[in-house]
Formats: sequence, structure tokens, C-alpha cells
Amino acid sequence: MIRYIYDSRITNNVLSKEPAHMVRVILPQHLRTLARVNGEGTLEVKGPVTGDSVPDALEARYPVLPGTIRNHVTKQRRPFIRFFACEQDRSHELPDTPLPESVVAGAEPLLIVGAMEGR
Amino acid sequence: MSAVRLLVGTRKGAFILISDGKRNNWTVDGPHFGGWELYHLKASPADPDRLYASQTSSWFGQVIQRSDDGGKTWNPPGTKPEELMGADGTSKGESNMFLYDSSPETGQSLTTHQWYDGTQRPWEFKRVWHLEPSMTDPDTVYAGVEDAALFKSTDGGKTWVELAGLRSAKGQLWQPGAGGMCLHTILLNTGQPDRMFVAISAAGTFRSDDAGQTWRPTNKGLRSKYELPDPDAEVGHCVHSIAIHPERPQVLFMQKHWGVLRSDDAGESWQEISGDLPSDFGFPIAVHAHEPDRVYVVPIKSDSEHYPPEGKLRVYRSRSGGNDWEALTKGLPQENCYVNVLRDAMNVDELDPCGIYFGTTGGQVYGSADGGDSWTPIVRDLPAVLSVEVQTLS
Repeated sequence: MIRYIYDSRITNNVLSKEPAHMVRVILPQHLRTLARVNGEGTLEVKGPVTGDSVPDALEARYPVLPGTIRNHVTKQRRPFIRFFACEQDRSHELPDTPLPESVVAGAEPLLIVGAMEGR
Repeated sequence: MSAVRLLVGTRKGAFILISDGKRNNWTVDGPHFGGWELYHLKASPADPDRLYASQTSSWFGQVIQRSDDGGKTWNPPGTKPEELMGADGTSKGESNMFLYDSSPETGQSLTTHQWYDGTQRPWEFKRVWHLEPSMTDPDTVYAGVEDAALFKSTDGGKTWVELAGLRSAKGQLWQPGAGGMCLHTILLNTGQPDRMFVAISAAGTFRSDDAGQTWRPTNKGLRSKYELPDPDAEVGHCVHSIAIHPERPQVLFMQKHWGVLRSDDAGESWQEISGDLPSDFGFPIAVHAHEPDRVYVVPIKSDSEHYPPEGKLRVYRSRSGGNDWEALTKGLPQENCYVNVLRDAMNVDELDPCGIYFGTTGGQVYGSADGGDSWTPIVRDLPAVLSVEVQTLS
């Protein structure tokens, strides 16, 4: 896989007492095009790094993405979206389940992918 | 100098085809939004550079895109390119949010429709099938969606509000056809500012006389002998498309699941005009820009064989408002042709002579610059064509 690094524009909120983690995220190609980013990015995630908090941060940073990964209202993952981390499918874990420590530490990326298609 | 711009939505992106008024030489621009399904694109009659597009995906959901320069550049409405980065962390991404009205005042009872097994099922948004910009205001646009409902934006597509009165018109009896339960046709050029028509599969046609606040079914005369237990039911009919001529707005034409019909009283009643067509199944229907009695359909063999009868791609034209039809074949494949033409994939320009255009599921877009007498392929190898809209530019 070719990975691109794009510029992070997140600024730390010095008033927040929640620990912040720099999480690496790879979006599927169609969402990279939509958000106009190239490849892998780094997101600041405050508090626990989970299957909910990463999309929360992603959607806050890229306003065009709400609704494309999760339902606008229920925040449920869209049916054909998968969350992969450390060669494991994390899609079916509870949204508040912490992601692996290597993702939290930025050693491994969270991959948000579209389910396989043949059309 | 006049020009024609075709806005073509396909299974894998949008294409913009442009010609001068002679309509001989075309440029092809695209794909825009490559890989996404573009169900429909349409220009504002009030501002020809204002285009709206429905970009959708079973994977990534619905996005509305807008161009303010005739399709050269696109953005989600209300969002400038630099705002896509959202440096302030505030979401501006409302352009893809279609929330059904669940307010106690107008929406609370509108919670379910009929499902395939006869049970009731909650409404669930899937995609925008059709965008219909206002005749007078570039920032006002209507969206017909699946599950069937009508939404309106008055801020250029940034935010959407459901016109929930439509689902009050016996919405609990509507049901999806095989293609989903979609609102696919919106007619605003009715001669009366507050009159609108919509068509839904599989529910029928509906009319509003108060700018979309209240609606009633307008399906008297439709018969669905093999699709509904009551062939004359007030709602439940699978209407594929309806068309109108702005100079004679009391007359409507309809291509139904089976049957081509006409109404002479603004939808109050319908009469069969299939006449001598080789098949009365089909999807699109269009009316000549200058001759309100010239109607065009593309017969398809059957509801399970979505290709032309005998493998011959033929547009049929009536010069008398129906019943008597002539096959238009010059320039169209007359053997081994097994494509379909979908409901939003045929339209006309406003030049004289009138141009007719249609796209196929085989990726061809055909055009006629002489009212249908002869046809040429404008482009042959696009992805399956979902919609063709026409802009006549001066």
C-alpha cells in the first residue's frame, strides 16, 4: 500500500485535562477524495482511543465526512465500513472498546476501509 | 450562439457533454466523482451555472455536491474548499443530512411503510434519486429520496427539511418495488407556482396545490392487475416516470410499470395511451419542447427482461398525444441490443428543431438533433447511465 503523509493542522487545547493521543488513520480512497486529503493522516484524539472517539475526531476535523462512516444520528458504523487495526477486524467491537495500545501510541494506524466489492 | 450541455449521471461518476447549437461535435468532460454513483444532476433554471448533483454510495452514503461555475468545480453546498479542513473543529457537513420529520406536530405518525412481507417497516434514508431546482430561485432545490420522501433546501443545498405532508398521503400503504421505494420524479413547471407533482415507486403520483405542504394521491385510472391485489387501488402503483409540457400543464404523460398513460385534468384521472407500442413497459417518458402532443418512450420487453423487444433499440414517438406510435430507428442499433434506458435518462433540449437525448445501461448516450428522426451516439463507452439532463444555453 502506498501511504501518503498529509499535514496535520490540529492544535492542542491547552485547557483540556484529558490526555491527547496522536492517532494515525488511513481512509479509503473515496473518502480521501471527498475530504481532499492524501493517504495517511494523524489525528489528535482526546481521552480514550476507541472505535467511537476516532471517528468523532475525524468527523470534527473533516466536516464533509459525517454520515459517510457512521449514521448521522445513531453514530452506528455504516454496514459496509470496516475498522481494521493490527491485522484484526475491530468493526464488531463495542464502540467504546479501547483500540490496541499500538494504535493509541501511534505505532500502528487505524484503517477505515470499505468492505470488499465486486461491482 | 446557443449551446447544449448534457449532465450525465452514471454508476461510476458524472460526465458533462457540451456542444454548440449544431449538436454535431461534442466534448466529454469527466468523470467527476469517479467511482461514486451519480443518480442525478440538474441545473437551476434561474442560474445556468448553478448545478446540483446527487453523489451516493452503498458504502459511504449520500453527499450533495454543488457547482457554481457550470460544472468546472464542485463543493458540498455551503462549504468552501478551505473549509473542508474544518480547522475550527466545527462541522459544516450538513449537506448530506436528510432527516425524516419526526416532530410531534407533523411527523410523529409517519413512522412506517409497507414492507415486502406485508408488515410495517420504519422509514430509512438511503439516497437521493432526483434533484429538482426551483424555477425561480437558484438556492431553492427539492430532493426526491429513497425511502420515498420529499425534501427541500432554501440555502443552496446546505440544509434540508422534509415536506412531511407527502407521507401523510397514505404513506403507510406505500411499498418498495424491486428497485427500492424511491421518489424519482418532481414536476415544478406546472403553470401554477404552488402546484407540484411527484411520482413514487411503488406508490403512484401525488399532487400538491400549496407548495408541498399537503398532498393527495392522483392515481385514478391506473390499473396494476398483476402488481396489486386491488388493481385500482388509490396508492401502491409503480409509476416509472411522468412528464409535462409547461405550455399545457393540465396534460400529464406517464410511463408506468406496465402502461403508458395520459391525464388531461392535471392528474385527476388517467387514460391508457399505449396503443400500438410493441411493449407498454418502460422507464422514461419525455415531451417535445415545442409540440405538447409529441411524446417519446423507449419500450422495454418486460419487467423481468429489461432490454428492448427483439434486441432492437427503438424510441417511439407519438405525434398525437399517444395511442398512435412510430418507431424511430435511424442510427440506433437494430440487432443484438440488450441495454435498458432508465427513468431519468431521457430528456429534450429547447432548440429548434428540438433535440432528444437518452443514455443506456450499456454506457451509450444517443442524441437526435431533429426531433428523433435520426440518432447518433455522442459517446459510447461510459459506465451504465442513470440520468441525462439537458441544459439549453444561450
